Amino acid sequence: MSGDFWFDALLGVLLLVLALATIQARQLAAAVMLYVVFGLMLALAWARLGAADLALAEAAIGAGLTGALLFSALARQPKSITPPVRAGKMAPLAALMLCISMGTVLGWTLWQLPLQPAHSQLPAALEQLGSSGTEHLVTAVLLNFRAWDTLLELLVLLLALLGTRLVAAPEPAALQHWPLARQWSIRLLPLLVLVAFFVLWRGATAPGGAFQAGALLAAALVVLRLNGQLPMLSFGAWWVRALILAGVLAFLLAGLLSLWLNWQPEQAVQWLSWPLPLAKGLILLIELCATLAIGLTLTLLVVGERKELTA
Amino acid sequence: MSLVHWYLLIAAALWGIGCYGLIRGPELLRRIIALNLMGAAVFLVMVTLAARTEPADGVLHALVLTGLVVAVSATAFALALVARTLSEQA
Repeated sequence: MSGDFWFDALLGVLLLVLALATIQARQLAAAVMLYVVFGLMLALAWARLGAADLALAEAAIGAGLTGALLFSALARQPKSITPPVRAGKMAPLAALMLCISMGTVLGWTLWQLPLQPAHSQLPAALEQLGSSGTEHLVTAVLLNFRAWDTLLELLVLLLALLGTRLVAAPEPAALQHWPLARQWSIRLLPLLVLVAFFVLWRGATAPGGAFQAGALLAAALVVLRLNGQLPMLSFGAWWVRALILAGVLAFLLAGLLSLWLNWQPEQAVQWLSWPLPLAKGLILLIELCATLAIGLTLTLLVVGERKELTA
Repeated sequence: MSLVHWYLLIAAALWGIGCYGLIRGPELLRRIIALNLMGAAVFLVMVTLAARTEPADGVLHALVLTGLVVAVSATAFALALVARTLSEQA
C-alpha cells in the first residue's frame, strides 16, 4: 500500500465525514464553517485528480465566495434559541432509507462505467488547440470551442444579480468594524489584485483564467466592503453597472467583429468563431472584461445593498 | 480498486448525504447547503471521469468550471429568496 493510496483513502473519508457533519451540526454557523472546510478538501481532491484549474476555482468560488454568501445570509437569520419548525414531513428513518437506496443505486451505476471512455472529445480538442489562440486546453474550450457556454454563463451571473436585487429587502448594516480588520483589508488589496491579474495572464498557458481571477478580485472587494470601506462601490454607480455589463458586451462585440471579418459569400457563418490572427487578442480582451465583470458581480451578490455606514 | 472507482463511490455517498440533508434539514439555509453538497458530488463525478484519460480531459474540466459559477449564482439567488422569506415572516 503506497502513500498515495492512503492519502486518497483518507481524503475521501474526510470528505464524507465533513459532509455528514455539515448536515448534522446542531448550529447553523458550525454547518457553514464545516461546508467551507469541505469545499477546501474538495479542491484538494480535484487537484489530486489532475484538475488544477478546478481546484483553484473551487477554493476561490466554491469554498471562499459561497462561504461568504452563506455567512452573510447567516447574519440575517433570526437569533431564536427555540429549534425551528421542522418542515420535513418525512420520518427520519424513511428519509434515511430513501437516501441510502438512491445513493447505492447511483454508486452501483457509476461503478459500471468503463475505465476507458468509449469516445472522448479530447483528441479532437487537442488537435485544434494550435488554432485556438491560447495554449491551455481549458481556456481554449471556455473561450473558443465552447464560447457559447461562457457567454450564457455570464448572462446567468447577470440574471442572478438582477434577481437578487429584485427580491432582496434593504437591510440595515449595523456592524462594528474591527480596526485591525480594516487595516488588513487595505494591506491585502494590492496583493490580491496582483495575484488575480497574474492568474488571468497565466490562463493562456497554464491553469488559471478569467473565473479564478474574477473570484480573487471579488474576494478582495468583499473584504473591503464588509469592513465598510470603498463606499462608492454600489449598484447605483454608473461605472459599476458599466463594468458589470462589460463581460457580456465584450463577448458580443468580439462576436460581431469576427462575424464581420469572417464573412465570405456563400459560406455558412459561424457565430463566436474567432479569426485566427486576432484570436489571442480577442480572447485576452474578453477575459479581461469578464474578470472585471465577474469580480464585481460576485462582490455585489455577496455584499448586497447595505445602507452605507458613516465610517 | 482504482482511484477513479474510489472517488466515484465517494461521490455517490456524498450525493446521498446531500439528499438526506435536503429532505431533513430543519432550516432553509441548511437545505441550500445540502443542495450545494449534491452539486459538489455531481462535479466530483465529472472531474473523476475526466481523470480516466492521460492527460485529464480538459473539455469536461471546462464544463465543470462553467457549472461552478452557475451554482454560485443559483445559490446567491436562493439565499436572497430565503432572506426575503424571513423578513416577510418577521
